[in-house]
Amino acid sequence: MVALLGLVPVGYLVVLAVSAGDEAVALVLRDRTLGVLLRTLLLAATVTVASVLIGVPIAWLTARSDLPGRRWWTVLAVLPLVVPSYVGGYAIVAALGPRGALQSLLEPLGVARLPELYGFPGAALALTLFSYPYVVLSVRGALLRLDPAFEEVSRSLGRGAWRTFFTVTVPQLRPAITAGALLVTLYSLADFGAVSLLQFDSFTRAIYVQYRASFDPTLAAVLALMLVVCTVAVLAAESRLRGRAGYHRSGAGVARAARVVHLGWWAVPAIAFCALVAGLAIVLPTATIGYWLVRGLSAGEPVTLVLDAALNSVLASGMAAALAVLAAIPVAVLAVRHRGRLASVVERATYAGFALPGIVIGLAVVFVAARWLPAIYQTLPLLLAAYLVRFVPEAVGVTRASLLQVSPRIEEVARTLGRSPGSVLRDVTLPIIRPGLVAAAALVFLTAMKELPTTILLAPTGFDTLAVRIWSATSEGFFGRAALPALLMILVAAGSLAFVLRGDREA
Amino acid sequence: MTATLEPPASTMRPVTTPLTEHDSPAEAHPALRTLGITKRYGDVTAVDVVDLEVPEGEFLAILGPSGCGKTTLLRLVAGFERPDAGGIEIAGRAVTGPRRHDPPERRRVGMVFQESALFPHLDVAGNIGFGLRPSERAARVAELVALTGLAGLQRRMPHELSGGQQQRVALARALAPHPALVLLDEPFSSLDATLRAQLRGEVREILRQAGATTVFVTHDQAEALEISDRVAVMRAGRIEQVGAPETIYLRPSNRFVAGFVGEANFLRGVARDGVVVTAAGQFPLPDTFADGDELEVLLRPEQLDMLPADATGAGGVGAPPHVRVVRRVFHGSEVHHVLRGPGGVEFEAATPSNAALEVGTAVVARARDVDVPVYPLEGAGRED
Repeated sequence: MVALLGLVPVGYLVVLAVSAGDEAVALVLRDRTLGVLLRTLLLAATVTVASVLIGVPIAWLTARSDLPGRRWWTVLAVLPLVVPSYVGGYAIVAALGPRGALQSLLEPLGVARLPELYGFPGAALALTLFSYPYVVLSVRGALLRLDPAFEEVSRSLGRGAWRTFFTVTVPQLRPAITAGALLVTLYSLADFGAVSLLQFDSFTRAIYVQYRASFDPTLAAVLALMLVVCTVAVLAAESRLRGRAGYHRSGAGVARAARVVHLGWWAVPAIAFCALVAGLAIVLPTATIGYWLVRGLSAGEPVTLVLDAALNSVLASGMAAALAVLAAIPVAVLAVRHRGRLASVVERATYAGFALPGIVIGLAVVFVAARWLPAIYQTLPLLLAAYLVRFVPEAVGVTRASLLQVSPRIEEVARTLGRSPGSVLRDVTLPIIRPGLVAAAALVFLTAMKELPTTILLAPTGFDTLAVRIWSATSEGFFGRAALPALLMILVAAGSLAFVLRGDREA
Repeated sequence: MTATLEPPASTMRPVTTPLTEHDSPAEAHPALRTLGITKRYGDVTAVDVVDLEVPEGEFLAILGPSGCGKTTLLRLVAGFERPDAGGIEIAGRAVTGPRRHDPPERRRVGMVFQESALFPHLDVAGNIGFGLRPSERAARVAELVALTGLAGLQRRMPHELSGGQQQRVALARALAPHPALVLLDEPFSSLDATLRAQLRGEVREILRQAGATTVFVTHDQAEALEISDRVAVMRAGRIEQVGAPETIYLRPSNRFVAGFVGEANFLRGVARDGVVVTAAGQFPLPDTFADGDELEVLLRPEQLDMLPADATGAGGVGAPPHVRVVRRVFHGSEVHHVLRGPGGVEFEAATPSNAALEVGTAVVARARDVDVPVYPLEGAGRED
């Protein structure tokens, strides 16, 4: 049922596109459409490569070297995850853009124009800065889990440190690098906020502009489907690339810590590198928000409207989190405890959540509601329904992971003690995985809070959320007005991220 | 229950225990009876037509190498798996049959797994009382805490217990609802050797006091022989032999059982005039063997004495030939001597450590007892 909920809107998009027939084909082949396709792919490729180049060295430095302040650098490297791309985009525009902070600071010095930021360079910069942590997280985790025995064997067989790194360590990291890169690629394909604010015409922005400009849904639907095809192709390529080698620890037992590499003088460029990345990804947005916050408040920007928006954000995200976890429990139990065809279909559906960008889901839900359910169009329930389509897979993922930690023996014991399956679920399984459920709820809360495209398309009239406020203020150039909501957003997001990480540890 | 030596292992049917000694009406029903139970996974038959009866109060070990189907058998009894054929009765009540499959919660079985599988969100008392009604909980939990020696630990959480304590909680939890049958699935194998030896004695005693009928699955022959009333040796889904530990060890019904339950020498020989001559002397044969049959005689290392070669009339008719100590293996309390006899045949004899012989010593090996099991040589092509 839950899986179906996700398929209906997309199915409708297909119907729309097919019903347009030749016209749709013509639209696909039009120069402008192909241009959008090429630009989107170029952006995704650039961001992915750049993220790997930034993320892998930082992961290695924080996991395996004696970099001074490693723990702090680790936190700083992951922190950008709490910055939604449109807030990052806002920060970059408001700092480095034509009317941004840097410009106004430099104007007295006679600098009339900064290099052009809008378009490709700005979009690529923003997306890289706020998605490279995916690579850091996955590669760092793999480095820490890596069995040092493999490297030690290689050294004992006469291979030097560098050769060992490239011939033994890197091949074992390949799945982690691929996994991180995959997330970054999907993120860049699906991102709406940064590309819109930086006015780069990738699919998401083109779809939105098309939808707003004309109420003819066909072109928007065609563009949306092309985007879905892109993400599915990326996912397919990844599973092909994943390779056939099994990656195992050589033995059971507690992981032995690997030897820490002494950096010596290399620590200086290493710190400089980390500081540059952290400066751009954290200090720049924070400073920009601070600068515009002061300017905005002194210019008399109203605070109460922002508080209303914050309340709305918390309300919508909180309900989405609760509903998503409730819907996720049966799906996860089915997937973990009842292996079989159905279970593997459900597992695939988890991926479908990643393959469907928010703008596509938002658009599809708008069309479906406008056509068949005009009564709930532009109401909170419809927004929540769209959130569910987007976030249930996420909740299933986390719930499933914590369910996998529960030995089926525990449930079997409960059965022999006279409990029915339902009673076992209620009294044994759910209490045990509660930390995982909390983490799942926090994760959905976090992403729903940051969510932009679905919210813009579906939020009831007058129902302002933080995301909507930041976006509308920035796209109209009111940098001061966006500062306070952006700050609140980052604070709430950081809080719920801490929750997610804590739940991860406990589950 | 005395195992007769039926010659070819391949033609043996699983031994069904005769129940002649149980004729009082109160024990009319065995605690467990399986009738031709069979379970297949694809092409693999995990449990192959197993008949088994466990009288009330008995402690039965199911012993076998990994993959022999012993855990599957246990899970069939518990109701976690459904058999492809055959039936199961627990305390005289059919729980599995052609048209019947009671879920685990209606079988009155208590289960203890290798990983203790304690509920991590409940404390010791909460775990023990899980299968009880609220009204009886407090009293029964107190009884079991006393029985299993867990006093003072009722409020501990599972992760605050040692491995041995965890297994005792798991046992108390299984015993609490007065199960008709207690099933133990390798309950000691995740513990270290010293603790394992200590705990199995304790668990046996607790189960004896509780009067529980127990089926205990293990791959550790020492464990099975030490604490069971009877042992069922399983291989490839079939039960090879059921019997008292002494019977299984001293009169194994075939070569597999003999080799699995302890160290074994199989000395070859050929039947001739009702006897077989081996490197350790000659042995009388049952009349199931004909002249010319190739045979193997089972001799445990501790059943062989080593005598100085010159002190006996070696070389006489039927007397054991000279053999030589070629290696020694130190086992702590015992030393095993690897002996090489005529034709390069090697076998082992054990002595206490303080009576070890030097490598190179020529000796005569002689069995203390001539009434030992004899098997037809496997692959010798004996036609039936």
